[in-house]
Amino acid sequence: MASEKTLTIAIMDAPYESANSTSALRIINAALEKGHNVNVFAYEGAVNLTMKAQQPHPNPVKGTSVEQEQHPTTKDWVASLFKLASTKDVKLDWVNCGLCVDERGAGDWIEGPRRGGPKDFLDASMASDATLVIPTK
Amino acid sequence: MANYLLIESRDPFDSSDSQYFPELVQGISDRGNDTVLFLVQNGVLPVRKGSKYSEAMSRLIRNKIKVLADSFSLKERAISNLVEGVEIADMDRLLDLLLEPGTKAIWH
Repeated sequence: MASEKTLTIAIMDAPYESANSTSALRIINAALEKGHNVNVFAYEGAVNLTMKAQQPHPNPVKGTSVEQEQHPTTKDWVASLFKLASTKDVKLDWVNCGLCVDERGAGDWIEGPRRGGPKDFLDASMASDATLVIPTK
Repeated sequence: MANYLLIESRDPFDSSDSQYFPELVQGISDRGNDTVLFLVQNGVLPVRKGSKYSEAMSRLIRNKIKVLADSFSLKERAISNLVEGVEIADMDRLLDLLLEPGTKAIWH
C-alpha cells in the first residue's frame, strides 16, 4: 500500500565503480518496498546504470561460466526496481540527465527511465518529503 | 533546531577528510540539533573494536550522539565486534530517518 511519501535521490557514480551504486539501489529498493514513491536523478556516469546492452560475464580467475557466476548487471537491478514499483503500485520516476547521456553516447536504455535535466531534479526535490544526494568521491 | 542525518560512506584510512567528519557531527549536535550518524560502506570500518579510529565513534556515543552502522556493510567486512553503543541498522531505518519531517541529510 502506498505511503504517499516521496523520496528523491540523486546519483552520479558510473556502474561497477563504487559501492555508492549498490547503496543507492538498496535505498531505492527499500523505499519502494515500504510503499514510497521514488524519484531518481541519474547524473554524470550514473546514466550508464540503465544501458540495455549490459552483459554479465564469466569469472576467469575462478574459472566460472556466465551462468555459474550469476554476475549482476545494474540494468537488471534497475529493471527489477521498476517491476517492484509496479507491484507495489507506487511511482518510480527515473530521469537520466540528457546532456550526460549525449556526452557518453549512452542513450539506449531499458524500459522505464526518461530523459531530463537538472530542473527535473529541482522540481522533484521541492515536491518530495526527503532528498538525498549521493556524490562521487 | 533541526534533525540532521549524516551518512558516512568513506574509510578514514583512505580519505583524510573522513577524520574531520566526526568533528562536523559533534559541531552540529553542539548547536542543539538532533544528530544521527549513519555509517555505510567503508564508513563502518571505524566501529570495529581496536580500530585506530574507533575512539572517534566512542566519543560521539559518549556525547549522546546516535551512531548507526549498516548491517549489510558490516557483514561484507566481517565486522561483528563493535564499539560499545553502536546500533546495527538497515536501509529501512535509514529511510525512516530520511523521511522524518524537517530532516537534513548529508552524504559523505
